Amino acid sequence: MTTYLEFEKPLAEIEGKAEELRALARKNEEMDVEKEAAALDRKAEQLLADLYKDLSPWRKCQVARHPDRPHCKDYIEGLFTEYTPLAGDRNFADDHAVMGGLARFNDMPVMVIGHEKGHDTASRITRNFGMARPEGYRKAIRLMDMAHRFGLPVVTLIDTPGAYPGKGAEERGQSEAIARSTQKCLGIGVPLVSVIIGEGGSGGAVAFATADRIAMLEHSVYSVISPEGCASILWKDSEKMREAAEALRLTAQDLKKLGVIDSIIKEPVGGAQRGREAAIAAVGAEIAAMLDALKGKKPAELIKDRRRKFLDMGSKGLAA
Amino acid sequence: MNWISNYVRPKINSLFSRREVPENLWSKCPECGTMLFHRELSENLNVCTNCDHHMAITPRARFTALFDGGIFTEVKVPEPIADPLHFRDQKKYPDRLKAAQKSTGEKEAMLVAEGEIGRTPIIAAAQDFSFMGGSMGMYVGNAIIAAAERAVKLKRPLVLFSAAGGARMQEGILSLMQMPRTTVAVELLREANLPYIVVLTHPTTGGVTASYAMLGDVQIAEPNALICFAGPRVIEQTIREKLPEGFQRAEYLLDHGMLDRVTHRTKLREELITILRMLMRKPPAVAGDLPAPKAKPAAEGAAPKA
Ligand SMILES: [Zn+2]
Repeated sequence: MTTYLEFEKPLAEIEGKAEELRALARKNEEMDVEKEAAALDRKAEQLLADLYKDLSPWRKCQVARHPDRPHCKDYIEGLFTEYTPLAGDRNFADDHAVMGGLARFNDMPVMVIGHEKGHDTASRITRNFGMARPEGYRKAIRLMDMAHRFGLPVVTLIDTPGAYPGKGAEERGQSEAIARSTQKCLGIGVPLVSVIIGEGGSGGAVAFATADRIAMLEHSVYSVISPEGCASILWKDSEKMREAAEALRLTAQDLKKLGVIDSIIKEPVGGAQRGREAAIAAVGAEIAAMLDALKGKKPAELIKDRRRKFLDMGSKGLAA
Repeated sequence: MNWISNYVRPKINSLFSRREVPENLWSKCPECGTMLFHRELSENLNVCTNCDHHMAITPRARFTALFDGGIFTEVKVPEPIADPLHFRDQKKYPDRLKAAQKSTGEKEAMLVAEGEIGRTPIIAAAQDFSFMGGSMGMYVGNAIIAAAERAVKLKRPLVLFSAAGGARMQEGILSLMQMPRTTVAVELLREANLPYIVVLTHPTTGGVTASYAMLGDVQIAEPNALICFAGPRVIEQTIREKLPEGFQRAEYLLDHGMLDRVTHRTKLREELITILRMLMRKPPAVAGDLPAPKAKPAAEGAAPKA
């Protein structure tokens, strides 16, 4: 069953009508509804294309959070072979909001790390809705360090509402863990490529996305704060999230203009949630291209270029 | 050129800058309610003489108290592009900036300076909470990078005083990008084997804590400073329970292994001198008050403050 977003309601009505007609016809064999249903299908198809042609920033936030969108686990299963999860921070716990381990990408051994949100109630709770605790960042630090020592490229998949704001997380040094993870990203002498597949939520995203190359899916978002949070602070009204989403420039298209990301990965019409396999394949192609562009670079050169990339970032504003 | 033009002796009244109450007034400690004679308060570095409550202190007042003879030279910070996102909430971002500049008399939320403390040459950077909550945008990022680069060039340690509500939302993703940018600055210091000391002051939260403010070789906090990633209100809303007394305060973090020390503001200078001289393998400092440094040609690239 399709989960419709609020702005997709007109679409839901048309698709619902087509479905009703066909259900009727299944009961009464003499009824011929196919012509009418097909017309509705065409209408729905057109409407879908129109809706997604020019999504507003707030609508993109909703699409980026869509529960049917492929998540980290789906990309790992679809794009990598011999995935061997490696668990734990050797200190306190294993954080299930962060997946990570050894895997092969087009036969090449790599380290893959990402936030996983879960796909149903049980897995969402296990995964803490993709909100990592310090252990998650510290596991990632451990895996990035291992990748560095063994010369394995690192692929990170970003999809988090943000780092978890919890009591224990704070007591165990959420800030320090995020800061160290960003520092580790900057210090590894192996290629590091990131794809923002859904939500790039603030510091929790930066901790994995301080990369040589950063790509974003067409309808994903990356922001310093959620539009709701920004609205309640600056507008003193959390209902002003549309305005906040607009002002924050959190879409892939704006971030490309600002020079914060390097490339945009096209999504199927209607978003990655309507064409999961195509979206996964497109992400795979971009990861391959990004890794290819970094091939042959020496460790010191990678580190130097990565530093330079971030030092220069933002110097031109929207004119970048 | 005479050295006086390169070093600026702060005016006596700079401690009573325009955002502070005039000398003849009393102010009330927000913690214990004691009425404090203003001069007494500023001589005690804005710490209540009755209950030790640490009130906010401006970077300029802090540097005046920190550096030998109150003398320091500002380090020039490269100017970032103005209002990169053309951000507008209920007010335009440039208007908010102008209002902050007017009320503080400062250009932005961080001041970088070079000078000596206990005859130990250092670079210092201090964040100004009174300037838009000390928020970290492109300018603050540039300031930290400039401070680190200057420290590396002159082979000096960097002492950074943090105070911020977090990233500056009006710069959107570019404020978030100051987390990796300032972390590059920390990497430059590490690579040059120069000490980086962070003094966390009230409050230090959000993306600031989750980047340069937690990456010091030595982490010192002022008493009772709020230091966190997520603020207590956000956490209470998330977990729907009351947080323990002192949660996310400096002493709590010390207990949880997140800090090296919690140090009273009036003891900070001596402590910084002691630690820095050991890390720089210099002989112990001469005790007591020190006069201004001897005449020295101005350091290259430094902006004399008129
Ligand atoms: Zn008091």
